[in-house]
Amino acid sequence: MPKIVIDDKEIEVPEDMTVLQAAEEAGIEIPVFCYHPKLSIAGNCRMCLVEVNNSPKPVASCAMPVCEGMVVHTNTPMVEKARKGVLEFLLINHPLDCPICDQGGECDLQDITMAYGGDISRFDLNKRAVPDKEFGPLIETAMNRCIQCTRCVRFSSEIAGIPEIGATGRGENMEISTYIQRTITSELSGNMIDICPVGALTSKPYNFKGRSWELSHTPSVDVFDAVGCAIRIDTRGREVMRILPRQNDEVNETWISDKSRFAYDGLKYQRLDRPYVRGEDGYLHPVTWEEAFSRIADKLQQVRGNHVAAIVGDMVDAEAIVALKDLMTSLGSPHLDCRQDSPCLGEGPRCSYLFNTTIAGIEDADFCLLIAANPRWEAPLINARIRKNYLANALRVTSIGPSHPLGYPVKELGNDPLILDQIVKGKHRICSSLRAAKRPMMILGQGALRRKDGGVILKRAQQIADTYGFVQRTWNGFNVLQTAASRVAGFDLGFLPGRKGYGVKEILKRAGKKNIEVVYLLGADEIDMKPLDKAFVIYQGHHGDRGASVADVVLPGCAYTEKDGLYVNTEGRVQKGLKATPPPGEAKEDWKILKALSDKLGLALPYRTPAEIRARLVEVNPLFDEVDCLQPARWEPFGEDGKLDPEPFEFAIQNFYMTDSISRHSITMAKCVQQILSQEKEND
Amino acid sequence: MLKASDHIFTNLYGVHDWRLKGARARGDWDKTKALISKGREWIIQEVCASGLRGRGGAGFLTGRKWAFMPPDDEKTPRYLIVNADESEPGTCKDRDILRFEPHKLIEGALLTAVAIGAHVGYVYIRGEFYEEANHVDAAITEAYKAGLLGKNAAKSGWDFDLYVHRGAGAYICGEETALLESLEGRKGMPRLKPPFPAIVGLYGCPTIVNNVETIAVIPAILRRGGAWFAGIGTPNNTGTKIYCISGHVNTPCNVEEAMGIPLKELIEKYGGGVRGGWDNLLAVIPGGSSVPLIPKDVCEKVLMDFTSLAEVKSGLGTGGVIVMDKSTDIVRAIARLSKFYMHESCGQCTPCREGTGWMWRMLERLADGIGTRDDIDRLEEVTYEIEGHAICGLGDAAAWPVQGLIRHFRPELERRLTKKRIA
Repeated sequence: MPKIVIDDKEIEVPEDMTVLQAAEEAGIEIPVFCYHPKLSIAGNCRMCLVEVNNSPKPVASCAMPVCEGMVVHTNTPMVEKARKGVLEFLLINHPLDCPICDQGGECDLQDITMAYGGDISRFDLNKRAVPDKEFGPLIETAMNRCIQCTRCVRFSSEIAGIPEIGATGRGENMEISTYIQRTITSELSGNMIDICPVGALTSKPYNFKGRSWELSHTPSVDVFDAVGCAIRIDTRGREVMRILPRQNDEVNETWISDKSRFAYDGLKYQRLDRPYVRGEDGYLHPVTWEEAFSRIADKLQQVRGNHVAAIVGDMVDAEAIVALKDLMTSLGSPHLDCRQDSPCLGEGPRCSYLFNTTIAGIEDADFCLLIAANPRWEAPLINARIRKNYLANALRVTSIGPSHPLGYPVKELGNDPLILDQIVKGKHRICSSLRAAKRPMMILGQGALRRKDGGVILKRAQQIADTYGFVQRTWNGFNVLQTAASRVAGFDLGFLPGRKGYGVKEILKRAGKKNIEVVYLLGADEIDMKPLDKAFVIYQGHHGDRGASVADVVLPGCAYTEKDGLYVNTEGRVQKGLKATPPPGEAKEDWKILKALSDKLGLALPYRTPAEIRARLVEVNPLFDEVDCLQPARWEPFGEDGKLDPEPFEFAIQNFYMTDSISRHSITMAKCVQQILSQEKEND
Repeated sequence: MLKASDHIFTNLYGVHDWRLKGARARGDWDKTKALISKGREWIIQEVCASGLRGRGGAGFLTGRKWAFMPPDDEKTPRYLIVNADESEPGTCKDRDILRFEPHKLIEGALLTAVAIGAHVGYVYIRGEFYEEANHVDAAITEAYKAGLLGKNAAKSGWDFDLYVHRGAGAYICGEETALLESLEGRKGMPRLKPPFPAIVGLYGCPTIVNNVETIAVIPAILRRGGAWFAGIGTPNNTGTKIYCISGHVNTPCNVEEAMGIPLKELIEKYGGGVRGGWDNLLAVIPGGSSVPLIPKDVCEKVLMDFTSLAEVKSGLGTGGVIVMDKSTDIVRAIARLSKFYMHESCGQCTPCREGTGWMWRMLERLADGIGTRDDIDRLEEVTYEIEGHAICGLGDAAAWPVQGLIRHFRPELERRLTKKRIA
């Protein structure tokens, strides 16, 4: 490890570090624009120039590797002059419109100019004018402000893997643009807004809505997919103003998907803000909580406990799941299910439904087999990790399933489930590659498990894993890619049919008939509602969506931004979401509604405070004791014997931008569907 | 003055046959096999002994550049690039080598390739050089037919393929790393250094990029010995050099002369003297547009070599001597150069992208006599903010002529300031 001296501080740093990183380590700040820790080094802004011994010119610290005996100065007149000069150059063509710029208050150029810049402008010529670009419904551009750092260009070609942005022109005519003004189609495009160091790329939905210093920040967890990205909810008063990523290198690094970032406007529309009861006229009428509970209590008194069923939706927190489970158990009902799309999962051991490799672990894999999985839409951040490994180690990815561009080369074996049989028997051309792989991994999409033969596919997947060494002492390459944020918590808490209990399909089949008379939907909107017409349906949730439309009683709950709650992501990581705003109107936290209902029914659930329900969670499953930690699952047999169905696979998600009750009511997401998906179709 | 027998480029004016037959008659490709059979170490040793400095402008010792290559591991390919993207205003020496002495270049490329262990070479020719590229192409075809290139080139046992690649006419692609980017099919934008191309170059492999003139003198050095080459010129500035004399002289020309020839002798003897006599001289840009100009009093005594010109705060650069007599509007002339650099800046890094345009606009205004003395100070400060802060040398090259102007012609700039700037 070379020893270097930075501003008279001697430190020892690893060999592969740059001067900039070493300075960071020594606690010395060097201003930067083009450098970003997750992107390749461009070295073009020249802001990070420092003085290094033996060099007559100042050198760019972001690109300079450290070497033994280096003496670096970051505060000499030479460096100060260089910084002032670069800032002056950046500002001569940068409009001084900070008062009307959305980036104002969180702008790198603003901050660095305050710290290192000169005090007066010496430029008295006309500033350059650059036409604004149309980047689609998510990104607003003000290209006059662009300082050509090329972070967005590098992001789109490196992280997103869809090189849609580039620089055209030369010298001062260089402009950042998409190819002939096409919309950006990447699911990660919103991150370009974050990495833009100035206000050239800003959020279109948030445009001119607020100032960064007015916002309160709440760290939380995303629920739009099962990745559990770390997010920051920015609120002003009762309103969610925007959602930004937080850094969590284990999960999302510093990125989030566009749905996680922009679907928040769905929280403002079609919200359930008070209880409703369906009247004799067939319409829902607003009532008080007391009246709604009485209606439920009346109905439940007329039916036997085991004629009640409960289905949990995709965005529900663990507290509400356990409360509903306890309530159903006290009623005497075994008909519980958290699998709205009915995959053949959950009954088996924990390893059978987790992303065992872990998201960070993807970087260690040397072979990846996708089975009916479209990570780009089902978990964009997992897709970004796969691409990261592809860039770093040329990860080989093969896929069985429909063809879809993922942003890295994929060897497509075809859309034929019977290939699994051939691989198990060692009779497929891919087998030799599988055998040669040292750390192979597979990703099993929900599209494969939702089928009738899902259990058989699960079994085949395990056979492949066992045959080709996917599971080793310190490596587990078997992964199921969940798409619902509440699913793993539901499995871990056992929200599954009990003895003689029915699953979702059976519940729907029997609903309204003798043995299922009451159905309790907890945020469940993704099932076929038609068969529920004749049953007595209680819908508890935050949006007047599909579930509420067939409900006899509607209980208004909280969306993920409005409650404290635990979620378990696809890796099995317990994470905590925090309340950022109060719920609208009379809506209440979900587990509290269930607790109140249980009191009304005389089945009082034994917890009153958040601490008590957490304790109950731990009692049901000790995993909930530790937040943000992963426990590897034991490798045990799972799956069913049988024959594979030759019917081709289908992906679990057909429309990335609208997958749940929040994104369906988001105007931004509707625009994305309109512009981005239609352009993609055109491209096909 | 260079002895007739010491001339290397005997067909610089194109009066003889440039094809293989004519080239052979002038001594090219003579016992190339024997030179190669003396081994790589011998070639490098002779080039080091000759004291040859790169003829592209920076004047880096060629032998030392070659020595930067990592040890040959036989697995990684190594490349030789001949930089024929000659676009420096005032310079047209490589053009005549490409046109009239292509076989010197090809033979030099083979010998260099042997020295650095390359089996593949590219000649990157400026896009505008259409006929020149045709000549080189034809010469390469002849060489292949004669067995001088390809497998077992010149029966030396060394395999060497040489390809011509035409650029698209960007000045910046003469910068070696931008050239590599362009050759790889990307936008010509300089790379960050380190790593230098000798370590990580074309397609990430060790690569040597040398100027046309540098490569073309290699066969002569090896035939006649490094000591012969070192004996011409002044210490540390050895050998012959092609000077390009243009501007206000009576007979503009290219001429091969010894390094360190007095500038006045060069102009008087080969350029036919300054238009209207030596006393009509205003200033000279001695090394292509990128170096600061020198006024008449400096021109009297200065020698044309890297060291002497650096002492007078200019440079030898490419050896393109641009002579300007007293009829020249010197501010307008430098403003025009400034515009050239603004136009050719690739736009990658801040100082050059933003600074070159600002300099040009300020100069145009000063040329019009608009402004105050503060504007001259500001212009000078801007040149120092660009110099040394950019990724490649283009920023420096844009700043130097302006610095030279202010250094030597500040009174002229001030004299013009007749009009007030409109705020």
